[in-house]
Amino acid sequence: MAGITGKDAVLSEYARKLETLDAPKGRSLTQDAIRRLARNKAAVLSIFVVGFIILFAFVGPYFLPWTYDKIDWSGIRKPPNFEAGHFAGTDQNGRDMLARIMQGTQMSLIVAGVATLVSVFIGVCYGAIAGYFGGKVDAVMMRFVDIMYALPYILFVIILVVIFGRNPVLLFVGIGCLEWLTMARIVRGQTMSIKEREFVEAAKAGGAKPWTIIFRHIVPNLTGPVVIYATLTVPEIILTESFLSYLGLGVQEPQTSLGTLISFGAPVAETLPWMLIGPAVVLVSLLLCLTYIGDGLRDALDPKDR
Amino acid sequence: MDQTPINLLEIKDLKKTFSISGGLFSRRLTLTALENINFTIRQGETLGIVGESGCGKSTLGRCILQLLAPDEGQVLWLGQDLTRLPAEEMRQRRADLQIIFQDPLASLNPRMTVGEIIADPLRTLRPELNKDERRARVLKTMEAVGLLPEMINRYPHEFSGGQAQRIGIARALITEPKLIVCDEPVSALDVSIQAQILNLLAELKDEFGLTLIFISHNLSVVRHVSDRILVLYLGRIVELATGDEIYEDPKHPYTRALLTAVPIPDPRLARQRNIDALKGEIPSPINPPSGCTFRTRCRFAKPFCAETRPPLERIEDGRLVACHRWREIEVPVEAVLGV
Repeated sequence: MAGITGKDAVLSEYARKLETLDAPKGRSLTQDAIRRLARNKAAVLSIFVVGFIILFAFVGPYFLPWTYDKIDWSGIRKPPNFEAGHFAGTDQNGRDMLARIMQGTQMSLIVAGVATLVSVFIGVCYGAIAGYFGGKVDAVMMRFVDIMYALPYILFVIILVVIFGRNPVLLFVGIGCLEWLTMARIVRGQTMSIKEREFVEAAKAGGAKPWTIIFRHIVPNLTGPVVIYATLTVPEIILTESFLSYLGLGVQEPQTSLGTLISFGAPVAETLPWMLIGPAVVLVSLLLCLTYIGDGLRDALDPKDR
Repeated sequence: MDQTPINLLEIKDLKKTFSISGGLFSRRLTLTALENINFTIRQGETLGIVGESGCGKSTLGRCILQLLAPDEGQVLWLGQDLTRLPAEEMRQRRADLQIIFQDPLASLNPRMTVGEIIADPLRTLRPELNKDERRARVLKTMEAVGLLPEMINRYPHEFSGGQAQRIGIARALITEPKLIVCDEPVSALDVSIQAQILNLLAELKDEFGLTLIFISHNLSVVRHVSDRILVLYLGRIVELATGDEIYEDPKHPYTRALLTAVPIPDPRLARQRNIDALKGEIPSPINPPSGCTFRTRCRFAKPFCAETRPPLERIEDGRLVACHRWREIEVPVEAVLGV
């Protein structure tokens, strides 16, 4: 029936729209957070710098004439020499420092990434389960965490290294397995407050099983604190790895990491300064940027309820 | 349709306590939140539950739904005791018993879209439905509660309180329940929105043949929706009667006091009214008064009120009152309501 006012046309258009259901997308909390993060200049700059360092570490080696383990017998302990292709000089063994810095950065980034993922995974699952079930389960699980806290982690790393040999991957996993303790505590605390919220009760009333409640309703709401803490864990792990490498428990020659490079560069800083400056600059800028990103994320994901 | 309506839900001797640990070296305290709760709900009726903050209204609602496990007593759903049901069977039964919460925004998961929130009970209770069928039901329910279908992909923080409460109602409705516990569904909303939500609940009740338990501290709201009203004080039933009886002839002094506390929007009437405001605070449920728990605030209390607890007496036509002196108290309704 043709209408006089043209209302029919509008309505049938609306009905057609409903059939195809091109409902507009809402703004999720994550999108909101990204928008806020993008407004933070220091954080955006830091993201670019970290991105550049990642590219530098993983793509850079393909553009160099020297590999990290190749010895240049004509250039031992030499300052930067552009003609020979040693852009950052060479070390005592005649290996190209720039190639070694790239490899070391690679190693440190992989350690940090793997260990952080492991610690986030274990920490979130452990903390959420302890926090949600509470009572005796919680008491037993958290006392275990307390005990682990009380033991010196260096001891664990040494035991791991003794048992499984000096396998870098294992070391990363080992560090991750120790780093999760703090994450578990943070997640447990958050879970205990979230589980009292009404939407969790609503999920229970909707027949959801405990595991569904934990992983569909509680864990997504932990994003803020977990992401913030994870970004702050990354520099911590890089430092831990540097420390372990310094003690000789980390990566093995000829492979290297930022910590190893610095530990070799430090004693000769006066005579061969390029051996310290290069890795130190990369490490410091990486740590600084990650801290800024962590800060920016904390502001962006500020857990004030919206 | 003049057959007697069946008893949908029967509560028998329900008791719920919470234990409060007073630290490592002090002894544990017990808070009796509910005691001696007995009542039945007939199919299709709306039972209002009123009382002050902390009297156990919400605890009662949650005990009925088994969101809190009662310490003693039975919750009989069509004759079947829910408190003894294995966890898995209880989960299945949840399709029949749903809840609407007080704080509409807090009751919606901020990380899920409206469509996901409403569909959530279906995912667990009706796993046989596929994605499209779920979506179709979500849209149908959204329409029933007055939400536009294009809102399906939005997130809770983009809605106002009234709309958020509609989402909460849609989530409760989607499993096609028989009973919905409304836990102060309008007290967090603007007055203008309250009326909308109350009317919506009334419409939905007729449309889907629901039975409602309506919890509120606001007597005028409860009267608007309820067939019968249950008055709680310190976790005990003090009066149970139909809405008209409660309003025109309150028997218990506490009910009376509550009624006089209802504001009247006419200043002239309000001035004439004989205010019978409650004195003092509600006593601590950890250490309730002996005998009649209301005696500490009751105008009509006599020494013997402190000795024995008044039983819940059945008086004319099914009304229940728990007061030693209800017969002696003259309650001039006009004086109470100011009309």
